[in-house]
Amino acid sequence: MHTVHTGETPDILLQLLSPEGMRLADADLDPWVAEVTGADLAALYQDMVVVRRIDAEATALQRQGELGLWPPLLGQEAAQIGSGRALRADDFVFSSYRENAVAWCRGIAPTDILRVWRGTAQSGWDPLVYRMATPSIIIGAQTLHATGWAMGAVFDGADSVAVAYFGDGATSEGDVSEALVFAASFQAPVVFFCQNNHWAISEPVGLQTRFGIAGRAPGFGIPSLRIDGNDVLAVMAATRLALNRARTGGGPTFIEAVTYRMGPHTTADDPTRYRPAAELEEWAKKDPILRLRRLLDSLGLFTPELESETQALADATAAELRAGCIGLPDPEPLTVLANVYATPHAGVDRQRAEYAAYLASFEPTGGKV
Amino acid sequence: MSIETIRSAPATRANGSTPVPATPVPVTPVSPIEAALTDTKTLTLAKAINAGLRQSMLDDPKVVLLGEDIGALGGVFRVTIDLLAEFGPNRVVDTPLAESAIIGTAVGLAYRGYRPVCEIQFDGFIFPGFDQIVSQVARFHYRTQGALRMPITIRVPFGGGIGAAEHHSESPEAYFTHTSGLRVIAVSNPQDAYSLIRQAIASDDPVLFFEPKRRYHVAGPVTPQLGEPFESARVVAAGTDVTLIAYGALVTTATDAALAAADEGISVEVIDLRSLSPIDYAAVEASVRKTGRLVVTHEAARSGGLGGEIIAEVTERCFDYLEAAPVRVTGFDIPYPAAKLESHHLPDLDRMLDGVDRVLGRRR
Ligand SMILES: Cc1ncc(C[n+]2csc(CCOP(=O)(O)OP(=O)(O)O)c2C)c(N)n1
Ligand SMILES: [Mg+2]
Repeated sequence: MHTVHTGETPDILLQLLSPEGMRLADADLDPWVAEVTGADLAALYQDMVVVRRIDAEATALQRQGELGLWPPLLGQEAAQIGSGRALRADDFVFSSYRENAVAWCRGIAPTDILRVWRGTAQSGWDPLVYRMATPSIIIGAQTLHATGWAMGAVFDGADSVAVAYFGDGATSEGDVSEALVFAASFQAPVVFFCQNNHWAISEPVGLQTRFGIAGRAPGFGIPSLRIDGNDVLAVMAATRLALNRARTGGGPTFIEAVTYRMGPHTTADDPTRYRPAAELEEWAKKDPILRLRRLLDSLGLFTPELESETQALADATAAELRAGCIGLPDPEPLTVLANVYATPHAGVDRQRAEYAAYLASFEPTGGKV
Repeated sequence: MSIETIRSAPATRANGSTPVPATPVPVTPVSPIEAALTDTKTLTLAKAINAGLRQSMLDDPKVVLLGEDIGALGGVFRVTIDLLAEFGPNRVVDTPLAESAIIGTAVGLAYRGYRPVCEIQFDGFIFPGFDQIVSQVARFHYRTQGALRMPITIRVPFGGGIGAAEHHSESPEAYFTHTSGLRVIAVSNPQDAYSLIRQAIASDDPVLFFEPKRRYHVAGPVTPQLGEPFESARVVAAGTDVTLIAYGALVTTATDAALAAADEGISVEVIDLRSLSPIDYAAVEASVRKTGRLVVTHEAARSGGLGGEIIAEVTERCFDYLEAAPVRVTGFDIPYPAAKLESHHLPDLDRMLDGVDRVLGRRR
């Protein structure tokens, strides 16, 4: 694989789709998307439009006070949909907080994605049901979890793969380097999927690394690919390639998906304080949805039906999201003391009983002084 | 402007207790033009820390700030706002995203005589740096028999009440008060924020400096003074029936509770600890000898928390003065809960009043 580089040329960027929507050839990546049909392309387009709409609706819900916070993925749709749709149901995702489009691919209901941001739960879904971990807020921690899961897959003789999603900033955390060491030592079937969106809150990627991020992995003994993260086909091909390496005993692969965070870090952030507007304009030209749409157009596949069907799906999903969000019930007070331990714990049990009595003292019949 | 040193702190305080003697902190006077704060000004707690940082940086060229997003952004709470522009990137260092490295490199800087001030973005993110703090920073002076000092200040926005996602509302102070070699401060108001950050930076010991993030935007008068030694507690409201000890964000809640109790004819003395290690037991003891009843409140979990420690010490010191078993009003023994449940977890005015009732034998 000549595209899997060794670190000497960290600036190679693999592409299958130019920003103008031109299909480009790449001998290593092409085979992995050879069977992608027009219908598949249309489905990828729909996915990307819908997750962008989910994102916009969630941002609006936050502005209206219905969510405490929201981390937008605007601009990263191709990186997340292209990789998320490459996964098998039995693979396992370990992500950060921004991979809401990956959660969409795992079949997680949009309303469930919102639970933690509305503050009704610490985990929006059961990780074991969707085979996607609760997104890690502690930067980088999940890369170790993915590696351990993958080590277990080897012990079990399974051909499932763990995928760790993390950001460019995360690569500075010790946990991520340790994960690379373990994954390489044990040849664990794990794909390290780094979305280099160029920013870690206010810090540009150049502060995290003097060398292309993908160029770092070979030093750990892990082959890496640096791909255009706004090119959904390149992302899908690279992810399939890496998954296949892992499934067939090839060990870990590192993918750097070069993309851009078009929005703020979260709804609490104000990027005008640190980010030049010109940079945003540059990246707007490389929009991941626009380029797939151009490809579809050139293939005669961007039909009025596709457009209206996509619009209807996005509208319906946004409406469902809004209703679901507003309808999320507040948790029962005593659940605050539930599930601290798997088995009864005398200390917590006593505190729960005491708090129940305390709450009862506010009832009309109670004796609150 | 006349810069006080902490030497000039009064020998006795309003409550008659004697402040714990502190090592005098030499502070180089600066010209009035350079001073961060020349007069009493109304500042938010965040701005007060900003002014304190700025004054410390003006006073001592060895003071450098390290942290994530503290430069152009001015920190996620804007506590370091404008400091990069004034002092440049060698003194306000936006670091790569790695807390262990922030603390570990501060150690190296301290070897060269720097006074690093590390910002940990949120309480929950101190743990990747925990090993460097407890295994290294805390031990150097002891390990080297006093040869090496670690004048490192670690600033940590702490506590809940802001409806945040997980890891953004923690109260990890007891891990650090349990670690010998660290001084631990928790401020509650803009004046102390200004005075104590300066003392913390000037201290030759490592200091964990906890900032009550839900009070960052609360404003109050700030005078350009170092005030009392940072080890001294402060009587916020004098009282005779019950002593209520708080620190950080809960000082305001405790003060409100004292006002509410006064309506019922109960006189509550509120003490703001300010220093969690060491604790000003002289002040605590003086109050408990007067009231005979003690309530301690904190957001942190009850078990292994400071409340138990304070009550044990008070019991040893003045058991005979206690009229009732002391009471703790704390967070539960749970991981910090989802935002919609935090009002149940956090001690509020009602729970503090309930604690006061209990220590008075008016309930259960
Ligand atoms: C251990 C830890 N330190 C600090 C933070 C605060 N924080 C949240 S997101 C973030 C930046 C992450 O940047 P990156 O890894 O590039 O991911 P992105 O947000 O761009 O998706 C920081 C510093 C955190 N969540 N965890
Ligand atoms: Mg990033």
